[in-house]
Amino acid sequence: MIKIQNIYKSYGNDGSKTEILKGISLDIADGDFVVILGASGSGKSTFLNVISGLENADSGSILYDGEDICKMNGSETTRFRKDTIGYVFQQYFLLPGLNVDKNVKMGADLAQNKDYRKLIEAVGLTDKLKKYPGELSGGEQQRVSIARALAKNPKVLYLDEPTGALDEATGRSVLQLLCTLQKELHFTMVMVTHNQNIAEMADTVISMNSGHIVGTRHNDNPKSAYEIDW
Amino acid sequence: MIINLKDIYKMIGILVVSFCAVTVCAMFFNYYLDLATIERLCTTELAKLFFEAQRSNAKVVCAVSGGCLFFTAIVLLCFYIGHYIDTHQTQLGILKALGYSRLSVSKHFFVFGLPVLTGTALGYGCAHLLMPMLYEFQNEDGYLPNTPVSFHFGLFLFMVVIPTIFFSMLAVGYSFFKLNTSALRLIREQSVQKVVTAKKDTDLPFLRELEKSNVRQKKSLLFFVTFAVFCFAAMTQMSVSMNDLSSSMIAVMTMMIGMVLAAVTLWIATTSVVNANRKTITMMKVFGYSANECSRAVLSGYRPFAYFGFALGTVYQYALLKIMVTVVFKDFENVPDYEFDVPVMLVCLAAFVILYEAIMFAYTKQMEKLSVKEIMLE
Repeated sequence: MIKIQNIYKSYGNDGSKTEILKGISLDIADGDFVVILGASGSGKSTFLNVISGLENADSGSILYDGEDICKMNGSETTRFRKDTIGYVFQQYFLLPGLNVDKNVKMGADLAQNKDYRKLIEAVGLTDKLKKYPGELSGGEQQRVSIARALAKNPKVLYLDEPTGALDEATGRSVLQLLCTLQKELHFTMVMVTHNQNIAEMADTVISMNSGHIVGTRHNDNPKSAYEIDW
Repeated sequence: MIINLKDIYKMIGILVVSFCAVTVCAMFFNYYLDLATIERLCTTELAKLFFEAQRSNAKVVCAVSGGCLFFTAIVLLCFYIGHYIDTHQTQLGILKALGYSRLSVSKHFFVFGLPVLTGTALGYGCAHLLMPMLYEFQNEDGYLPNTPVSFHFGLFLFMVVIPTIFFSMLAVGYSFFKLNTSALRLIREQSVQKVVTAKKDTDLPFLRELEKSNVRQKKSLLFFVTFAVFCFAAMTQMSVSMNDLSSSMIAVMTMMIGMVLAAVTLWIATTSVVNANRKTITMMKVFGYSANECSRAVLSGYRPFAYFGFALGTVYQYALLKIMVTVVFKDFENVPDYEFDVPVMLVCLAAFVILYEAIMFAYTKQMEKLSVKEIMLE
């Protein structure tokens, strides 16, 4: 269970301070698929970065099974990232000098996961094992980054606009892949997107605007990636 | 203006190398030229011998230190220009796409000659300040008549003006060559940063794989790391060992140049490695790798080359001093024989290990401070 309480976050100094998150509170259940929906500038990406421990909140608390990540020091944060979270970025950020196998190994070695090649198989890239990121399409690169994040067996997978740079067909296949893997591996999945249609796939949809949560709804019958509009 | 002063400021390495090269060369070349004025005053056999030895010594110092530093400055300049084009590909590509010709873009690179001008001018001035002392030290036993310090305009041209023009033209020419690619490839950042793939597949842990990949991608930095430590090993050991063979002023100068050159080159190399790997380090931190692990993966691959540089520098200084004793001073009496100095080597090795590991530790601390948010802003 992730318990987020009264989170504030701002950028800039006293003279030109911009408040991005204005007292956000939220509970995320284990194994839930949460979509954070919002327009550009609503604070959704900052919120994702703060709750995943990539950025510090100005105030408030974020409890992972009772442990507050806002009170962690540098080495504790590193351990938390290592043991708890996986992260998928819109721009993939694969390591260009390493092939698919070694990129996924980046995550796998942290969890001493010797079976990481099963994940490469699951994302359909077994035949591209020795290819370098520059030799892959955008969709393939995103699938590598998903395999890399999941190879460390995270309890929570955070995704920042994972289909933002992909075309419709590739985007759908990536989303479907994520849902399948989530059901199989039972991790919690928190995804940020501005695409309202993707929200129909989630168990819980959080709508954000101007640094506030403006709505929360639960889908009783989440759709598959091939049932939603794009 | 395509290139900002900020970019020139980063070329402090070339400034330092130019400064060192010209300080040493101008002093000894000036001395070499001024010695000619007293040649006819050297009438005794001893004075003639000493005169010849001094001229040979000045020539060797100029050729060895000047040549070595000149070569380093060329490599550094090409490295900086390559790095500048790597990091500004999009802007340069846009200029080309807008219709600016390759020459009109690359001609702005002449400003990369500015650090050379500054370094050589400062070096030349510094050399003139030190010359009276050098002349006195070189003749402290009084074998030669007093040598007056003169200003040689030709030397000024040769040490300051010509290198500045040469390096400015080299910068324009090298950038012209590097920009020989389509605007689109530059904009897409595909032109310069080519990924060097592994020749054979291995099944090493990720950190080891990354370490090997880093060395593979940045082979030019191997040269800089090896060279930096080579300079340190050669010049520090030489400066101590040459005490019996030369004046203490030359010894101190050699040591200072060695230290400065090693520090600047190592700083440039390590900064380049860390900067080139900022995204990788950030991603590793996002995944939960510690700063120590990041440092190991990014910097450790260069350590064997650093130790190799030390070994090479040790052998080089021994060979050079042995040649000096057996060839340059062969006709002199009472010149002490030169033997390899093990205690000096051990002290230098200990100093090198401490310095090298301290630098690596400082960079590890810098990695600790790298903000994960940086990657989000891409």
